[in-house]
Amino acid sequence: MAQVRVTVDGVNYADDVEPRMLLVQYLRERLGKTGTLIGCDTSNCGACTVSLNGQSVKSCSVLAVQADGTEVTTIEGLARDGQLHPVQSAFNECHGLQCGYCTPGMIMAAVDLLGDNPDPDEHEVREGIEGNLCRCTGYQNIVRSVQRAAQMMKPGSGVTSEPAPVAGGN
Amino acid sequence: MIPSKFDYVKPASVDEAVRALVDAGEDAKILAGGQSLLPVLRLRLAAPSVIIDLGGIPELRSISEDGDRIAIGAMAPHHDVMRDGLVTQHVALLAQATATVADPQVRHRGTLGGALAHADPAGDLGAVALALEAEFVIVGTSGTRTVTAADFFVDYFTTAIGEGEILTQVRFPKYTGWVSHYEKFNRTAQAWSMCAVAAALKVDGGTISEARIGLTNMGTTPLRAPGVEAALVGQAATAEVVRAAAEHATEGTAAPSDADAAADYREHLARVLTGRAVLTAVG
Repeated sequence: MAQVRVTVDGVNYADDVEPRMLLVQYLRERLGKTGTLIGCDTSNCGACTVSLNGQSVKSCSVLAVQADGTEVTTIEGLARDGQLHPVQSAFNECHGLQCGYCTPGMIMAAVDLLGDNPDPDEHEVREGIEGNLCRCTGYQNIVRSVQRAAQMMKPGSGVTSEPAPVAGGN
Repeated sequence: MIPSKFDYVKPASVDEAVRALVDAGEDAKILAGGQSLLPVLRLRLAAPSVIIDLGGIPELRSISEDGDRIAIGAMAPHHDVMRDGLVTQHVALLAQATATVADPQVRHRGTLGGALAHADPAGDLGAVALALEAEFVIVGTSGTRTVTAADFFVDYFTTAIGEGEILTQVRFPKYTGWVSHYEKFNRTAQAWSMCAVAAALKVDGGTISEARIGLTNMGTTPLRAPGVEAALVGQAATAEVVRAAAEHATEGTAAPSDADAAADYREHLARVLTGRAVLTAVG
């Protein structure tokens, strides 16, 4: 057994884990953070994306012991005082999901992208979420959601809740 | 799936890591960024008894200027390498190729040294290291040795790193003022290169004075394309010259055939992508 001390969504944890335990298993099975999903066995899908010390990672490709001493944010830690994170709101408004399975990972990847590039064009959004697959192929609205979130997060943008256009709209 | 059981060691220094590696014997595996190793462990394609994590040795992440070279610690993550000012200024081709590796999440964790030591012939950084004549610093119980890129890549997933040895640093000569481009062809986003071409050129007054061309996934190791290089040097950087030179791209290659591409298609790609890489580089 190895010890892992980690802060997840603002709460400190110290646990003994088997070295082979993946971070995603630790989050889901030990901490009950089932908002972080497992979508594939190949590291391709990105459904398990979380933030590790402020950078997006695929938590299926990190050992829990490697997260020792780090700060992890999952999809469950994004909302503040009952208020959705702007990226969550934007996915809601722009219907950036169909079945919803990829959504937690997409949102975590988008949060990372917007932290790095607050005003991405469409191509930059597509490159930024390259590590996340939507098996419904709902990318049009996902890209719109990320751009809408960028708009909402702009300081002093004054943007309210007016919905952005969505595919098949009008 | 869950990896098989293993013991986990996290040394705090390179010396400690080498000792741990020797103690563990041949069944140990070094963990760098884990973006190739973890998937392999999960699929149980490998089941080492001991994992030695280099993540506790901060100096292996440093990127610094060392005379006429840029020295990059083996544990420098792709994300850091592609944005580092020294790299973008003096080894732009490495930054350009690194930006095409996998996806942002993988680039946050994956490391230059890990990718090169893994030596997947479809990996993007081997061709760059080979073309740019990088040196590999390898530490073992008997001390430190330096291996040229030409000697480093031995075979499919096989390098000059011996038993009980660890790759600690990769040193690139400075290519300040050169033009470069990495042209990659893959089937889908985040997929491995079916074929890719790394090109760096020195152009003086419209004439190519030096050329370095590396090929990804055209054999069991990364390859240089000396025929293309020779055909470019001393010539004007025109489309006609570049297209003629690119015809030499497949000389000495042994392209694999797999589900993504047959060998003859890869050969076609190598010629086309060489032309594109050089023309994009010279702008």
